[in-house]
Amino acid sequence: MAINSDVLVIGGGLAGLTSALKAAREGADVRLVSYKQSSLRHASGLVDLLGYTPDGEGPVTDPYAAMSDLHDAHPYQTVGVETVREAMSMFDEVTDYRGDHTDTNALVPTHGGTVKPTARYPTGAAAGLASDDRDVLLVGLESLVDFDAPHVAAHLEAAGVPFDVRGETIRFPGDLQADAKITRYAKLLDNNGEVAVRGRKKGARDALAERVNTIHDKEERVGFPAILGDAHTDAVRAALEEKIGADVFEVPMGPPSLPGLRLEDALFEALDESGASFETGNPVVDFDADGDTIETVYIEKNGARIPNSADQYILATGGLVGKGIESDRERVEEPIFDCHIAHGEDRYEWFSGDVFGDHSFASFGVETDETLRPLTGDDAVEFENLRAAGSVLGGYDFAAEKSGSGVSIATGYVAGENAAAEAR
Amino acid sequence: MSDAQSPTDFDPVEPNTGHDFEPVDVFPDSNDFDLRPGADSCFKCSVCDTNCPVAEVDDDFPGPKFQGPEQWRLKQTDDDYEIDDSVMSCSNCMRCDNACPSGVPLSQMHNTARGEYVENQMSKTDLEYWRNRILSNYRLSASIASKVPRLATWGMNFGPARWLMEKTMGVTKERDFPDFAPQTFREWWAERGGADASRRNAQQRREQLGLDRDADKKVAYFHGCYSNYNTVDVAKAMVHVYEHYGYEVVAPEQKCSGTPMFANGMLDDARRHAEVNVSSMSDLVDQGYDAIASCTSCSMALRQEYPELFDIDGIEKVSSNTFEAVEYLRIHEDVKEDVQESNVTGELAEEFAYHAPCHARNQGLERQSVELFRDLEGAGIEDVGESCSGISGTYGWKEEKYEKSMDIGEEMFDHMEHAEGEVGMTECPTCAMQMEHGTGYEIRHPLELLEAAIVK
Repeated sequence: MAINSDVLVIGGGLAGLTSALKAAREGADVRLVSYKQSSLRHASGLVDLLGYTPDGEGPVTDPYAAMSDLHDAHPYQTVGVETVREAMSMFDEVTDYRGDHTDTNALVPTHGGTVKPTARYPTGAAAGLASDDRDVLLVGLESLVDFDAPHVAAHLEAAGVPFDVRGETIRFPGDLQADAKITRYAKLLDNNGEVAVRGRKKGARDALAERVNTIHDKEERVGFPAILGDAHTDAVRAALEEKIGADVFEVPMGPPSLPGLRLEDALFEALDESGASFETGNPVVDFDADGDTIETVYIEKNGARIPNSADQYILATGGLVGKGIESDRERVEEPIFDCHIAHGEDRYEWFSGDVFGDHSFASFGVETDETLRPLTGDDAVEFENLRAAGSVLGGYDFAAEKSGSGVSIATGYVAGENAAAEAR
Repeated sequence: MSDAQSPTDFDPVEPNTGHDFEPVDVFPDSNDFDLRPGADSCFKCSVCDTNCPVAEVDDDFPGPKFQGPEQWRLKQTDDDYEIDDSVMSCSNCMRCDNACPSGVPLSQMHNTARGEYVENQMSKTDLEYWRNRILSNYRLSASIASKVPRLATWGMNFGPARWLMEKTMGVTKERDFPDFAPQTFREWWAERGGADASRRNAQQRREQLGLDRDADKKVAYFHGCYSNYNTVDVAKAMVHVYEHYGYEVVAPEQKCSGTPMFANGMLDDARRHAEVNVSSMSDLVDQGYDAIASCTSCSMALRQEYPELFDIDGIEKVSSNTFEAVEYLRIHEDVKEDVQESNVTGELAEEFAYHAPCHARNQGLERQSVELFRDLEGAGIEDVGESCSGISGTYGWKEEKYEKSMDIGEEMFDHMEHAEGEVGMTECPTCAMQMEHGTGYEIRHPLELLEAAIVK
């Protein structure tokens, strides 16, 4: 016996969640299993499609227009530009994101002071766009060293943004410890929890706004590191806007990231509403197949092997960072099904000597047919009921292209659609 | 060659693929709980910190990344390093384990550090030590109280006594002690005829189901302390449900799983109990039994904490053959279909506000009850969110931790109030205490609903 479903998705990142959601919306009984909690909490929460061409040209203005010039093995070419649009509209439907009014990339300031071309951004980042010419005050917090406001402001100015930007550092009211977690700030702001300011108790939102008002000099926009609440972020932002008298935005941060966590929550909520099942915490380690049909995969829990069976399987385990692809000195492999990964025999061919050079490892991953079924070295289908989506795919360098989210959403969408169609 | 030496002909600039080069295994896999590989796997992404319910309400608590890999490293470089006393503010919810992308054994590191702190740095004449020891040895208090259950229930909630307990021992007077059952599960079990009766019931049921009368369906029930002394209906439901599917149940000799002892750093006490549990369970596993727990913290202890902390003969056999009660049925029976086809009437025809215990999460069980019962006719179930309940066993019973415990629980209380139902549901006995304490709702266990749905 086993835990059964029509479609089993392995992986809880953007690709896995999108494929599970699409398959469930197509009427399949879907189960998603993820080794650990979603990798989205490591992500900035920005959703990019294509920021730069593979040759490093950019920032790209219209990612859809640039997609058709990509090489044939690129996942966007496999699924087709129109499908990317369809997939993005499903994403827009289940999230509260901005940027869907245009095909053009938005330019969003980052916590390093760079400007990132991205197709979608959280509502909380909307007032911060670099294409907006209103002046900006960036507010840093002494106890939060990951966001150095004066440094970010100087960087943005050097990048030539069309507005005046000033960075100031304040103490978060209540004098939190220097290593207070982002969730601590978020919780205090979510609940407007009491903090002590010069011996008097105040709500955290009010106290923060009062401190900002002492340094605020009529800038129409005020930016904060992304700590403005978790469950009630819209209310936190609205309260600050009212008390400061300016538009308030968040600058996306590195891991761990609240915008990433909020996106994770939104997608799991959508998945729950679609009727799918999911669990996290333990890895898929093995499988049984009958010829080229996968019959069962096994989740390992402290030595116990829990069998999970489905008609169709989706591999969305991530790339080299997410451990969906692993390597040692001899070879590069996909650890669950051992799907073929093309790579040079000599590991010194896997990278370039130049740090920011053209590393071939960056595009390592499974190659697929047009329905996203992984292929063997001889271009035969590995398993007739297995599809791959997201960073486990080869043929693109998401870090250089800024295409990671879009490829995950588009290929997840197609894998989910095809799996659901086959399962019927 | 020592790992401190470099191979002489190795030029990092030139590829050396033509040469023989045997990489040295610097940190070999080890069975003696070497935590170094875990510490080295941490790349400081800090994602574990976002899962910590204590750090969310208390910025004085430095969080799991510090308690685990960072503190471990500090210990290696300084012989006089003392474990930071903040380790006692970790509630051992173990949520950090599920966040780590590198598989760092955070809770193992915390348990180890806490054990060391209690062993070497906590005064054994200190009241806190004895308070913690008494709280974590709940089984002992409960076994005495269960001799006079009514008197004990009354006495433990007698105002002046509770005032005194708070003043002298630091046990909060805010909480109500749970009721002791008039008859323990084991007394009921013995009266019912023990394992022999269960075998007869199972055989009879197999015949009804058209199965082989002597089919190899047998489980060893780890009921734990709470369903023995307090929520006896949960244990009875487990027996009824399993017999319904044709399983014969045995209730072997057992002690506390050790969960409260781990959380209080009382590793010697935990080991003594674990030795009894492992010994009786491993014998049964050898005979073809699987170990089943109805409390998710008990199953967590047997599955994960035992092999991570103790080296006892048979311990891995036990951990790899231990399952949570409903999980086991999901694997081996068509329980989902059976629930979909059944309905509930009577006392349990309710809307339930369900809370997933932290210890259920790492076992991948946080959605199990919601997904199983969402199609059940006559009853409804609603997940009240991701928040920890905040009580974490003995943690919320400590006078100095009570406020923190309630701060953590606030989000759950709030979601419970907003949920449609006014009856709570969870697998964990102490989460149930906290849910009841914060909302006044009655709290039930999924096995009770499963019993009402399918055992007619």
